[in-house]
Amino acid sequence: MRRTLPIAVVTGMGLFMLVQYFIPLEEFETLYEWVLDWTMVIGCFAMLLGLYSLTTMMVTKVKRKAPGWGYSLVALAGLFFMVFVGVVPHYQDSLKYGTLFMDLFEYIYIPIQAAMFSLLAFYIASAAYRAFRARTILATILLLSAIIIMLRLVPLGPLSGINQWLVNFILTVPNMAAKRAFWLGVGLGATATALKIMLGIERGYMGRD
Amino acid sequence: MKDKDSHWTRVLSLFLFVFVSLFLGMQTCLAQEAEQAEALQDSLAQPPAPPTNVVAKDAPNDNGHALLVIWTLSADDGAGQNNVVSYQILRSDSPDGEFEVRGLVPAGENTYKDKGAKEKEDANYLPPHKDFYYKVRVRSDGIFSDSEVSLPAHAYGQWYHTGKTAVLLAVLIFSTFALVFITVARKGKKLYIRPLAGIEAVDEAIGRATEMGKPILYILGLGSADMIATIASFTILSRVAKKTAEYQTPILIPCCDPIVMAVAQETVRAAYLEAGRPDDYKQENIYYLTSMQFAYVAGVNGIMIREKPATNFYLGKFYAESLLLAETGSLAGSIQISGTDEIAQIPFFVAATDYTLIGEELYAASAYLGREPVLLGTLKGQDWAKALVMIFLILGALAATFHFQFFLNLFKVQL
Repeated sequence: MRRTLPIAVVTGMGLFMLVQYFIPLEEFETLYEWVLDWTMVIGCFAMLLGLYSLTTMMVTKVKRKAPGWGYSLVALAGLFFMVFVGVVPHYQDSLKYGTLFMDLFEYIYIPIQAAMFSLLAFYIASAAYRAFRARTILATILLLSAIIIMLRLVPLGPLSGINQWLVNFILTVPNMAAKRAFWLGVGLGATATALKIMLGIERGYMGRD
Repeated sequence: MKDKDSHWTRVLSLFLFVFVSLFLGMQTCLAQEAEQAEALQDSLAQPPAPPTNVVAKDAPNDNGHALLVIWTLSADDGAGQNNVVSYQILRSDSPDGEFEVRGLVPAGENTYKDKGAKEKEDANYLPPHKDFYYKVRVRSDGIFSDSEVSLPAHAYGQWYHTGKTAVLLAVLIFSTFALVFITVARKGKKLYIRPLAGIEAVDEAIGRATEMGKPILYILGLGSADMIATIASFTILSRVAKKTAEYQTPILIPCCDPIVMAVAQETVRAAYLEAGRPDDYKQENIYYLTSMQFAYVAGVNGIMIREKPATNFYLGKFYAESLLLAETGSLAGSIQISGTDEIAQIPFFVAATDYTLIGEELYAASAYLGREPVLLGTLKGQDWAKALVMIFLILGALAATFHFQFFLNLFKVQL
């Protein structure tokens, strides 16, 4: 029963989702929207689960004085302080500009996030260095293509026209062909996975083979 | 003296003649212009001929809250007086009742979809199975004329969307392929599948972590539990966790979605149970970090720097954080295996990790790892479907080149 029931639920829901795609009837639309609403409701409740998991882990680290427990303390303090300023003083309008909650979000959280994102520029440079080392023919082709594409925004005088033509060719012919092949493969792979799950062949996601 | 008088008389006569001619000519021109202007005014003042053959019918392939109105254009639309500006579509629930304006289309168009809301409380609600009457008002500059009232029509929902037949056929063909090969595999026939370097390296990567006495970090990506890439990642996690249980190597799984965390906990717990080591399962190693993208990156990068995991798995849905994670892992000296179906992140993973599962290889990985005939059967079916797609691509290119429209229309999908 512990194995059959979940598979039956998954198969039933999978079949419903497949069938409703081809049936435009209002009843099916309503049922589909109802299922989506339930997903959101479950998502909201799951957030409490996540909060519990995070808090338990951090509190355990602090209690045990595990290496780096200070960071856990800061994370816990930040978590509960944000909940406090978001809920207690202005529980109805804490998302309006000018409240302490929004100020903390705007002037602390967003700059930190932007700083993390800006690291990407440096990481791209180091990754590109590794990827573009012309040690094989394929890597050399990759390097040349990258140079041509990068030069499209640089004024090259009379060579601009030729470079633009090359860029268009690379993007619309070999690049697009590879992308479409990728998408076709992904589409078929996703359908095959869905089919395996619906037929109960693939059960790894339930924690058992 | 007499000659001089006669000369002046001739000049004066000539001048008078020219003046009178010009005056008369001008008068004629003005009269003609006035006549033309009057004719134009007359034509503008006349309402354009009304549209004819107004037909209302149920709009196809919908939920039953729309009607389609079709008419024959006014005789003055693009011909005749050529003074049609637009058509107004009017609707009433009785032929003699008050008609309300439902929409406007420009001259030259002869169809209108009267789409209503499905919610009863909405002012635009269009009830199904209720008769409605339509007429079309052709409009010129401030004047108009109305068509005859159409026969009654009512909206109703359809049981099948005919515009999606191509999708249905594709699903059926693909499912047939998969089922045939599953049956073949169940009968015990050996199926060859090409080896994937990323999958072959899984055992080696787990073994390395065991030898080094360091944990394994498994990242399920930023996707939610309903995404196919995340589901594929769960199936791989199940097999990786079974191996880590056998080797008694800790596995760390920081999650960015609480539902993903719950599923991952259950998956790993069951894998440890299956491996006969339920006591080694530690739920605290699978935890929720945050749902915010870069906060999650900061958290995971911190784990990489502090814990120095021997092996990192990045399998699932990844976005801009892919390179931030993979590059930090590379700097930390971990062996890294990645896989995603996000095309924009593939180059980053290829550049920064040791092995990459590209697109569909991620979905196929669980079949590779398990080597179960039934799972391999679906892979084989997938390959045959791909071959069929290739044949259709070639035929489609030929059909498009030679304008064989019928063949191309077979593949059109209307959403």
